[in-house]
Amino acid sequence: MSGAFSVVGERLPRVDAMDQTMGKTQYVDDMTLPGMLVGRHLTSIHAHARILSIDTSRAEALVGVHAVITGADLPITYGILPISQDEHALAVGRVRYVGEPVAAVAAINPEIAEQALALIDVSYEPLDEVVTLEQALETDHPMLHGDGLGQNVHRSAALEFGDVEEGFARADYVREDVFFFGGNTHAALETHVALASYSQTGKLTLWSSTQVPHYVHRTLEKVLELPAGRIRVIATAIGGGFGGKTDPFSHELTAAKLSMVTGRPVKINLSREEVFYAHRGRHPVLMWVKTGFENNGQITSMHFKTFLDGGAYSSYGVASLYYTGALQTTTYRIPNYRFEGLRVFTNKPPCGPKRGHGTPQPRFGLECHLDKAAADLGLDPVTIRQVNAVEPFSTTVNHLRITSCALVECIDKVVEASDFTVKRGRLPSGRGVGLAVGAYMSGAGLPIYFNDMPQSEVQIKIDRGGGVTVYSMATDIGQGSTTMLATVVAEALGLEPRDINMVIADTDLTPVDLGSYSSRVTFMAGNAAVTAGAKIRSRVVQAVADELGVDPAQVVTKGGRVGVSGDLDRCVTWAEAVRLAIAATGPLVESGGYTAPKLAGTFRGAGVGISPAYSYSACVVEVDCAADTGLVKVERVWLAHDIGRALNPLLTEGQVEGGVYMGLGEALYEEHTFRGGLHRGPSLLDYKIPTALDMPPVETFLVESDDPEGPLGAKEVGQGPLLPVIPAVANAIHDALGVRIDEVPITPQKIVAALRNVSRGRPGRIGPETIPDFEFSRLTRVEPPEGFVTP
Amino acid sequence: MTIRLPAFDYLTPETLEDAAAALADPDRSVIIVAGGTDVVPKMKRRQMTPEVLVSLSKIESLRGIRRDDEGRCVLGASTTLAEIHGSSLVPEVFASAAGDVASPQIRNTATLGGNLSLDTRCNYIDMSDSWRQASGYCLKDGGDTCWVAPRSNKCWAISSSDLATVALALGGSVKLTSVRGERMVPVEELYNNDGIAYSTQAPDEILVELVLPKDCGRATYQKLRRRGSIDFPLLGVAAVVSFDDAGVCASARIVVGAVASAPLRATEAEEFVVGRSFTKEVLEEAGRLATQSVRPQDNTDTGSRYRKWMVPVFVEQALRAVADTSE
Repeated sequence: MSGAFSVVGERLPRVDAMDQTMGKTQYVDDMTLPGMLVGRHLTSIHAHARILSIDTSRAEALVGVHAVITGADLPITYGILPISQDEHALAVGRVRYVGEPVAAVAAINPEIAEQALALIDVSYEPLDEVVTLEQALETDHPMLHGDGLGQNVHRSAALEFGDVEEGFARADYVREDVFFFGGNTHAALETHVALASYSQTGKLTLWSSTQVPHYVHRTLEKVLELPAGRIRVIATAIGGGFGGKTDPFSHELTAAKLSMVTGRPVKINLSREEVFYAHRGRHPVLMWVKTGFENNGQITSMHFKTFLDGGAYSSYGVASLYYTGALQTTTYRIPNYRFEGLRVFTNKPPCGPKRGHGTPQPRFGLECHLDKAAADLGLDPVTIRQVNAVEPFSTTVNHLRITSCALVECIDKVVEASDFTVKRGRLPSGRGVGLAVGAYMSGAGLPIYFNDMPQSEVQIKIDRGGGVTVYSMATDIGQGSTTMLATVVAEALGLEPRDINMVIADTDLTPVDLGSYSSRVTFMAGNAAVTAGAKIRSRVVQAVADELGVDPAQVVTKGGRVGVSGDLDRCVTWAEAVRLAIAATGPLVESGGYTAPKLAGTFRGAGVGISPAYSYSACVVEVDCAADTGLVKVERVWLAHDIGRALNPLLTEGQVEGGVYMGLGEALYEEHTFRGGLHRGPSLLDYKIPTALDMPPVETFLVESDDPEGPLGAKEVGQGPLLPVIPAVANAIHDALGVRIDEVPITPQKIVAALRNVSRGRPGRIGPETIPDFEFSRLTRVEPPEGFVTP
Repeated sequence: MTIRLPAFDYLTPETLEDAAAALADPDRSVIIVAGGTDVVPKMKRRQMTPEVLVSLSKIESLRGIRRDDEGRCVLGASTTLAEIHGSSLVPEVFASAAGDVASPQIRNTATLGGNLSLDTRCNYIDMSDSWRQASGYCLKDGGDTCWVAPRSNKCWAISSSDLATVALALGGSVKLTSVRGERMVPVEELYNNDGIAYSTQAPDEILVELVLPKDCGRATYQKLRRRGSIDFPLLGVAAVVSFDDAGVCASARIVVGAVASAPLRATEAEEFVVGRSFTKEVLEEAGRLATQSVRPQDNTDTGSRYRKWMVPVFVEQALRAVADTSE
């Protein structure tokens, strides 16, 4: 099939590779504007306190300080989700976590800005801190949002599809497990930076390291009360996002406000510590899962409960909550399924979306749970997954439409390549292999705010010299979206990706794309670009066909020429073809849009989890664990990913390797830990991301299932490959040492503790024992979709 | 945002005498900076705000490694860890331990003197100023409570120098100089088990060189850390032993690092192994004895329990490494 393409499927370097490699790429922090001031935030030193007063007079009097603002200057609330607008750019009346911005200064240099912070007098009245899930469910602590004492429940969800009790009743075997997934963060190399410039004519320009310029645009409009047309947001080159730059952030608003107040450009670059507090990373999730099986391993029913510690604000929390229950059914045919979930507020930095958004936690629990069940049923890990694997072009019990699906092929690939079946249970003590799978959305089916407009728009403009310029608001956060767009347009026009000029992520210049989150860009912006490219191609081909006197169906675009298929001597150059088209039909400017099909059911929460297509991954991890120290060395990782079509295998493999790296970090090292409300180590020394020396070889297998709706058949790869890595590590450690660590990160201490348990005749398991006794109310019962076939 | 340094004067004397004179300034707070890999971050975090930094970078005599007339290895304080790691003049165990410190980038800058003089570390103090405000300044930070052990009246910050542990096990000595003169101090007497007064080196003294004995015997350093690079030791065990012809231990120095505010000699374990062959039972007992005297706290990566569990494991591992005659 790849023979049908010219540049798609080629291992081409990114179009921006040379600039990046040579250090020439301009990030926000590389920018300097005339008269630019430095902005800094004063942050809260209390996890929970009332602000009694803020006196900025001493700071304002300091020579070199141009402005000091507080929450009173930015009183309008905002938040990424329309239903939870609970944030202020600067705290108003109350602080809810250590590190929350309280005031902002603009000064002529960083030294004076820092001195000014020390001159701001804030008087606090400390309040009772709510820092754990258990405390959040008690009734005698202050509510973080609202007055008085009470539970700090942000949101709960309770959905049942089919009849779970009936499913358990007909099971041969039922198993329950409890798991915990520790909170962790994105740790992008580039910190969050924004530069704002408010012009004399009343136009605000914001350059920001953001994944979502469109949502930042909307937030600026709301909070600053400026017309959208007088705000320009430019997402500059981004040094990593991973979901950490997917909310509108305080510093974007305060930089803008400070520029409006001072009339000078203002840049704010968060410190690494401030980035840990801005957070929006992985929710800590406590989970309970109960599954019924037939003797052959087939699932009859599943009940999944999740408890999310959300931190101080909502962020994406409502979506995160539903995501912890939505995608279990995308890999396994579960005929009856109940999900109950709860998100609480605590006095810690707000959690949000990180690569896999809400799905790595339940995936970890589910994949370990399945291995345990398989062992009890006398099945091997491969069989239990094959028996339950979803089929292509099917519908799940919770109303998710599955299209292309190469889950079984992915399992086969990694099992075969790793010799999994031979190795499992047979390697020397301390060595083991583990298998797990996962699935992820190729873009959220719905936009964040309700609307019927396209989720992505792409324009293409052709210059009379043949130059092609593509305009898209898709932000390249390192995943290669710019190269992807250039590739699909080049494919349509018979050019090379490097021939395409890319104008991206600028609200003045580019049509809307909702942003780089939920793995939506290849699918949505890619499809929009395919549509726009086809329109250009069609006009050019028609003009050339007319010129050559042939049927347009005979005309091909290839290698910078447009001519007769099979007789390429009869051709014109691309530039001549373009001029013919412009002369014949006018300006050669076209656009394409993508709107996902209407997939959502009618029940509450149905909007979360739907996607036009799902990617599938399977992973085998081989580990070498030292029983005496608990130190784990990951020897090798095999990962097969159903990408639909690899538009660029080189970039696709890079995303797989990045996902493996991040998954290993979460599995073995990374955790946000707190003493009370204080982060134990908000630095890259204390927060352990793996080093190059900790990264094993990765064997990647790309499986092309050719999705019918994907751009040229493609699906996502940015997030999915992370999902199976974490449980595969846990399953491998079990194979190696016989102990179950039912919580991540799997630290050496937990492994040694589990082995010490074994030596004392106790179960070789470390993990949570129980879940809170929380009564989920308002269970919504949903009939399985029409045509749903019970396995 | 790169956190800025507080303002300071920067002196670059070209001789040791000038440096010593600069350090003796009675009116201003003065400290030495060499590679700066410890001092600079600490200054950025406002853990120290000296008025004057005296750089040793221009003093050529502080650089380099040589063997003296008696065959002892003399290492200049300004020698970088990368240079030590790559030197064939240095006892193998010491060169290897230098390669275990931090990361390649840091080793290219960090110096021997800096590593031996490394301030004790604690995750209540090696934090930004606003973090420490939020936590409450601790004992080492001008406050009145050690947050690691609030009922204790001593600071529990951790000695985190890999090379101090090894140099102590090897029986090394350092030369210190000041306007008051020069003195040789055995490494064993250089450190105090107190997170604040962790060093016997006076504030105006410059560590000039480290002298390691000619014959280091059979030696090893075993470092515990979670990642392959960058991290400070969670535990470090150095062992230096000799055996008689019958394979019986004739001498032993066992030093446990990163579990207290100074590297500690495991004297009971040392005394136990001398006169014995290194059987499995002997090593286990040595590990047990070495563990009795250490009380790691919860003030670095991983819990204190784990670090305590690891002491016998690492002591045994170290003794096994030096017992192995198959090399």
